[in-house]
Order: sequence, then C-alpha cells, then structure tokens
Amino acid sequence: MIKAILIFNNHGKPRLSKFYEHYSEDTEQQIIRETFHLVSKRDENVCNFLEGGMLIGGSDNKLIYRHYATLYFVFCVDSSESELGILDLIQVFVETLDKCFENVCELDLIFHVDKVHNILAEMVMGGMVLETNMNEIITQVDAQNKMEKSEAGIAGAPARAVSAVKNMNLPEMPRNINIGDISIKVPNLPSFK
Amino acid sequence: MPAPIRLRELIRTIRTARTQAEEREMIQKECAAIRSSFREEDNTYRCRNVAKLLYMHMLGYPAHFGQLECLKLIASQKFTDKRIGYLGAMLLLDERQDVHLLMTNCIKNDLNHSTQYVQGLALCTLGCMGSSEMCRDLAGEVEKLLKTSNSYLRKKAALCAVHVIRKVPELMEMFLPATKNLLSEKNHGVLHTSVVLLTEMCERSPDMLSHFRKLVPQLVRILKNLIMSGYSPEHDVSGISDPFLQVRILRLLRILGRSDDDSSEAMNDILAQVATNTETSKNVGNAILYETVLTIMDIKSESGLRVLAINILGRFLLNNDKNIRYVALTSLLKTVQTDHNAVQRHRSTIVDCLKDLDVSIKRRAMELSFALVNGNNIRGMMKELLYFLDSCDPEFKADCASGVFLAAEKYAPSKRWHIDTIMRVLTTAGSYVRDDSVPNLIQLITNSVEMHAYTVQRLYKALLDDISQQPLVQVSSWCIGEYGDLLVSGQCEEEEPIQDEVLDVLEGLLVSNLSTPVTRGYALTAIMKLSTRFSSVNRIKKVVSIYGSSIDVELQQRAVEYNALFKKYDHMRPALLERMPIMEKTATNGPTEIVQTNGETEPSVLDTKHPPPVTQPANQVRTLKQFWYLHSVLCCCSDPVSPWTFQLQLLSPSSNVVPALNQGTVTQVIRVLNPQKQQLRMRIKLTYTHKGSPVQDLAEVNNFPPQSWQ
Repeated sequence: MIKAILIFNNHGKPRLSKFYEHYSEDTEQQIIRETFHLVSKRDENVCNFLEGGMLIGGSDNKLIYRHYATLYFVFCVDSSESELGILDLIQVFVETLDKCFENVCELDLIFHVDKVHNILAEMVMGGMVLETNMNEIITQVDAQNKMEKSEAGIAGAPARAVSAVKNMNLPEMPRNINIGDISIKVPNLPSFK
Repeated sequence: MPAPIRLRELIRTIRTARTQAEEREMIQKECAAIRSSFREEDNTYRCRNVAKLLYMHMLGYPAHFGQLECLKLIASQKFTDKRIGYLGAMLLLDERQDVHLLMTNCIKNDLNHSTQYVQGLALCTLGCMGSSEMCRDLAGEVEKLLKTSNSYLRKKAALCAVHVIRKVPELMEMFLPATKNLLSEKNHGVLHTSVVLLTEMCERSPDMLSHFRKLVPQLVRILKNLIMSGYSPEHDVSGISDPFLQVRILRLLRILGRSDDDSSEAMNDILAQVATNTETSKNVGNAILYETVLTIMDIKSESGLRVLAINILGRFLLNNDKNIRYVALTSLLKTVQTDHNAVQRHRSTIVDCLKDLDVSIKRRAMELSFALVNGNNIRGMMKELLYFLDSCDPEFKADCASGVFLAAEKYAPSKRWHIDTIMRVLTTAGSYVRDDSVPNLIQLITNSVEMHAYTVQRLYKALLDDISQQPLVQVSSWCIGEYGDLLVSGQCEEEEPIQDEVLDVLEGLLVSNLSTPVTRGYALTAIMKLSTRFSSVNRIKKVVSIYGSSIDVELQQRAVEYNALFKKYDHMRPALLERMPIMEKTATNGPTEIVQTNGETEPSVLDTKHPPPVTQPANQVRTLKQFWYLHSVLCCCSDPVSPWTFQLQLLSPSSNVVPALNQGTVTQVIRVLNPQKQQLRMRIKLTYTHKGSPVQDLAEVNNFPPQSWQ
C-alpha cells in the first residue's frame, strides 16, 4: 500500500501532498520536512530507495523517490509494494503529467495543483494502484475536464473562447503575397467618337 | 463585496512574498475574506474559495473551517463543485471528525448517479477515507457496482472493495459472488484491480485462499498471453506488455502457491518461462524478474528453479544500476537462511559491495556478509569485515562491531586469533562498541588461560597509545589488574614494563578527563589488585587513600573500603585479591556469581568457588575460597543486596589444601555479631571438578546450639 505521495522542490516547498493514511495536520507538515531532509542529502548516483523517517513508520516503510530537474517525486510505500514497480509508476505519472500539460515544468504544478490531484486520483486510489495505462488516464481526465467546462456558464466564456481558438483548424495563411511581375494588359479601347 | 480572487491570482500573490512573515500575512488576509464569504452562503464562488483553502492547507496553514463547506459542495448538482468538494473531503476530513458521517448520504446518492464520473468520484472518496461506519452502510452499493459492465466503474469499485474489506473484515464474504468472473475481463485496468482485490482477500482469510486456489490455471493463462502476445501499443512500457499487471499476477501466484504443492507445480513452467524470456536491459524487465525470483523462492518450487532464481539474483548484483543491486541484496538476505549454499557462491560479489559508495547498499551487504560467515571462510571474511569497520560511517560501527564479536565467538579458529580480532575491533571502533560487550570480553579473556600473558601485554601496549576509547580502557585496566604480575615478570616476548610504569599508566587513567566514572572505578580496582601482585604497596596505599575523599561517590566508597582492607583486614587482602576463577556465562548478570541473600533474617549463603586449576591431581578436593560481597563490588556487578542484620567476620582458613582420603581438615573461624539475637543458620555450597567434570554439593547446618545465638 502506498502511504503517501509527496512532490516538493529542491528547497523543500511542497508542490503536492497526498496522504493515504490519517495524520494530523502538524504531523503531515513534519513528515514533509523530514522526508525532504532525508531525500535532499542523497547523492546523484546512489540508489533511489531509502528507509522511511521515524514519523512515517520507520524501517517498515520505504521511500522511493526520483529527482527530475527541480522536483522530487517521493512515494512512501510499505513492504507489500514492489520497489522497482513503484519506480516505473513514478515514471508513468510524470509522463502523464507531461502529456496533460505539454512539457510540464514546476510552474504548471504550482498553478494547477487541483488538476494534478485529479490526474493522480485516476492513477492511485486509497493507496493502491488503479490504472497504469497513460492513454486511458488521459482520456478519463479529459472527459471530466470537458464536463466541468460545459458547466462553467458565463464565467467560463473567456476560457472557452481561448480553448476554441486553440483548437481552431485554420488553413495555412500565406506568409508573403508575392505578386510577381504581372503585366496588366490594358485593352485597346476603341476611341469613342 | 467584490468577487473573491481566483486560485491562480492567489498563488501568484503568495509567490511574490519575500519572507515567511509576509506570506503568513497574505494568507491570513485571504483566510478572513474566505471566511466572510462562507458566512454569506455564496453558492457561485464557494468552489473557488475551497480550492484556495486547499492550496493554503498544502502550504501548512490551518484550514479546518472549510470542512462543512466541502460537504455543501458535494451536495451540489454541478460536477465542478462536486469535484472540488470531494477533493477537499479527501484532504481535510478523516474519520476522527464527526462531520464526515454527514457525507454518507451524499455518497450514497452519487453512487447511483447517472453520470459515471460522479459515481467515480464517490467511489474514489469512499475508497480513500471511508470510515468503518460509512463502509458498512455503503458496502452494498459498492458490491452492486462491482458487477456492472462499465469497466471504468468496475476497476474503481474493486479498489473501493479492498478498502471496505480492510476497514470491516467481516464484509469479505459479501464480495465473494462478484469476484466470480472478474478475471475474464479484457480491460487491463479491471484485471489489475481485480487481482489486487483477490490478493487482499487471500491474505486476510485462509478459507478464501483455498477457495481461490482453483484460479491458478486462469492466472497462468493470462500471464502467458501477456508474455506471448507480441507488441500491443496500448499496454506497452519499454517493449514489455503491461509489466504492472505481470508483477501483480506474480505476486498473487506467490500467495496462492505458498504452501501448496499442486498450485506450485502448476506454476513451475510459467515461472521458468518468465525468468528466461524477460529482457533485462530496462528497469521494467528487472522489476518482473525480481518479482519472479521472489515468487520462486516462496513457493514449493523444484530445486532447479531455485538455483535459476539465485543465479538471476547473482546477475543482478553485477548490474550497473544501483537500484537493481539494492533489491538483489535485499532478496538474498531473505533467502540466505534457506538456500545457504547457493548464496555462498556469490560471496565475493557481496563482499565487493561493502566497498560501494551508497549507504543503503553497504548496510545490506554488511548484514548479508555476517549471515554468510561460517567456519570455512571466517579468516578471509573477517579480514574484509575489519577493513570495512575501519572505513565505514559511524552509524554502521556499532552494528558491525557486535556482528564481528558474534561471528568471532562462534567460528574462531584459535584463541589467539580471537583475541587479536577483539583487540582490532576495540582499537578501531572502540567508542562504538556496545556496553554489554565489556563483561563478555572479560569473561572470554579469563577463560583462555594460556593467552593471559599475551593478552595483557597487547592490551597494555594499546593503552599506552590511546586512552580515549572507554571499552578498550576498561578491559585493559581490568586485565592489568588481574594479570599485572605476568606483565612485569618477563613472560612476554617483548620488553616488559616495570612496575612503576604500569602504576603510572593506571594513575593517569584516574586523573584523565577522558575517563568516565565507570572507567575510573575499573582503574582504582586494578590498582588495588596490584597491591598483592606488585611490591610497591606503599605507593598503592597512598593512591587509594587519596581517593577516599573523592567527589565521585562510587570512587569514594571503593577507596574507603580498600583503605579498610589495608588497615583492619590486611590479613584477608591476599585472599580477596586472588586471581578470579573461570566464570560461567550467565545471561542476565555479568560474568560473576554474587553472594545470595535470602531475605533479611538469614545470614548470607557462603558461595564457594576455587581458582582456575593449573595442574592438580584429580581426586583431591579443590581449595575452598570465599567470596565476600566486597569482591563482587570489585568485579563491577550491580545486583542489589538486601540489608544485613548480622555482621560476619571471616578469618583466613587454616590451610589452602584439603588432603585427600580424609587425612586432615581445614578450619575457618567465622565471628558473628548478632545484635538482634536471630537464629543462626548456615548453608554451604561446594563446587569442584572431579575427574574433569564439575560437581556441586549443597549442605545446610540448622542445629547450632541455642546458646550460640541467644
């Protein structure tokens, strides 16, 4: 079972935190800090597995993490999950985010936390892996987003306009209009008598 | 009131804060705005406000006032509201708040909603944070959804069922009929979650386990299709078809085959096929292989398959990827008990992993190395492990030192090697050695009689170099106290110190700042013992009297008692400070046996022991020696002794030797001060060796004439 999924940046600021076990608010923040502390000390070329910190269950639980650019993706799991499998799961998660946000970067995660939660909800439910097929996940998420947009009413009009323009299929506009040498022959008009 | 700002605006504003205090201020302002907006019961902007609240919650600020609002959002008709509402419920609520029960009705309605996404949301929330009451109420709905044909809902219902079973195990039977045709699904998502559900049911109940054993052929068939199916673009991950599902099925097969021969046999072929056909160039292939190996080791597989599995693990150890090496070491650790010989083949690779830079790998390699040590490879392995002890991080040193001691004790090829190894550990990792190893070492040294001279000489040299490592200092000072005569007598191979040098060293320990109080106690006792072994008694008397006024209470008590030994009881001093006998190892106390007392009214049991025999004829009763309570203090035992109502004075026995065959006797006078006129009783315990085997004799004297104590 997955106990928690945390995403934080190189300075320890949480970008996403989802706990599948009950902890108080203070404990959750302490866990994030402790996990950041443990993970940031690791060198680049060591293995991606760590014993869990004391707050999250000690040596029964493992932290499996991956470091992408400025973000750490940390999954805290117990012994019933396969470590190598979770590494692959993190990879699938990041690829899904990439597909949904188009070249995802940290700013996307910062400004669209709720969307990231929705994507995660399609992958992991109650601490267990729900779906691992990237296309399937994206289809579901898109369908739900469409439902939201259709309900948005007048407040959503600007957003709808923007997305309509993005999806518009315009034929390629000619960049230069090159009128070459057109010799316009002026017809010989008969003299009017 | 102006419209509340959007989430994006809030995030942007917070990011412009330059200090924590500024951020806190902004958030507090926004919280106040949100709170007043909640009070106004504004439906249009509630969703936006809760989203902002969730963001602030993630940053660590209190957000509990939004819990009821989440419930209102869930009850709304709009999908957008429901989405944020359920997310808020999952993040902010848990079963400790009573509020969460109000959700039950909403979830029930939503589980029967016409839109599948709403049903999905409800299932997701129930599966994440449903309490046992909620689960009990809604289990029926979940079970209904488990039988639907909609694969999106079916997979979510399966995981929700797992959560329900975890919370309320009695409901497991309810889901049994629905599982009947779960495995005939085509959709991989449903297959995956169904396997998870079956795994959970099998792990929880042995009846279910035997019920589901009949599914093994079906699982084998699914696995075979996955491997043989060739390229299928929708499930492909790095060239392998749905590795997640393969791993899950392998895990379920492991549980089903665990103690069952028939199932294990049915799986043998497919396991061999997976093990040989999976590509190992990418992590996915290795994940599947790893799971296969674990399954093979756990079920009752045939030996050829087991050897194949361990060879795969051996190959993993040579892989460049650190993660693979880590999992290989972990699995080898699990199997080393059962398949010891097979793992021995990879010993050299494992020992190489000790030199790895990664802390997790080093720890695993160390544990595995200790498990692999046996009588044949002890010398080579110990060399590597001692080298590792020298160079490893402090967090490993304690465990490594204990491991070395245990291994040396079990497999030491010779006493000299054993003592050398112990010396090496004490000098390199001395301060990390565990506290209980000092008495154990002392006991070990006492028992290796022929090594006393060698040991004390080496310990003395080590002490000259370095007095900062307390366990080393304690063992050394004890040995010098015991065997100081051997140290200066010329039995050692190299230049021996003179008596004054030895006393200088011991006195240096007493005054040094590096010595702990315990160490000082050892040093003082050692000096005292040397009073019978060395000739410079006056010097020792002086040292002991100085410490009679020490601030440290323990030291003071010892010094005062030793002073008394010099003055009033000088005739007993040689007897008391004699060589210690060979100690039996007791589990709870230290190496010595102490004088026992039986309550307040009876005199002490006189425990009799004898010195280590060097050469003595077999049929002569060994000499009797008495150990006084004081002597047990000398040996640093810490057993409490009940208060005395008698005072005993033991005088020296008349002779050292009891002649054999009843040709003579040994008399010892005991003076008893009995102010409370209690009845005298005496119990004697005789321990001696007869023809090499130890004999013990107990006797009680009850019939002291009443005039002696009235």
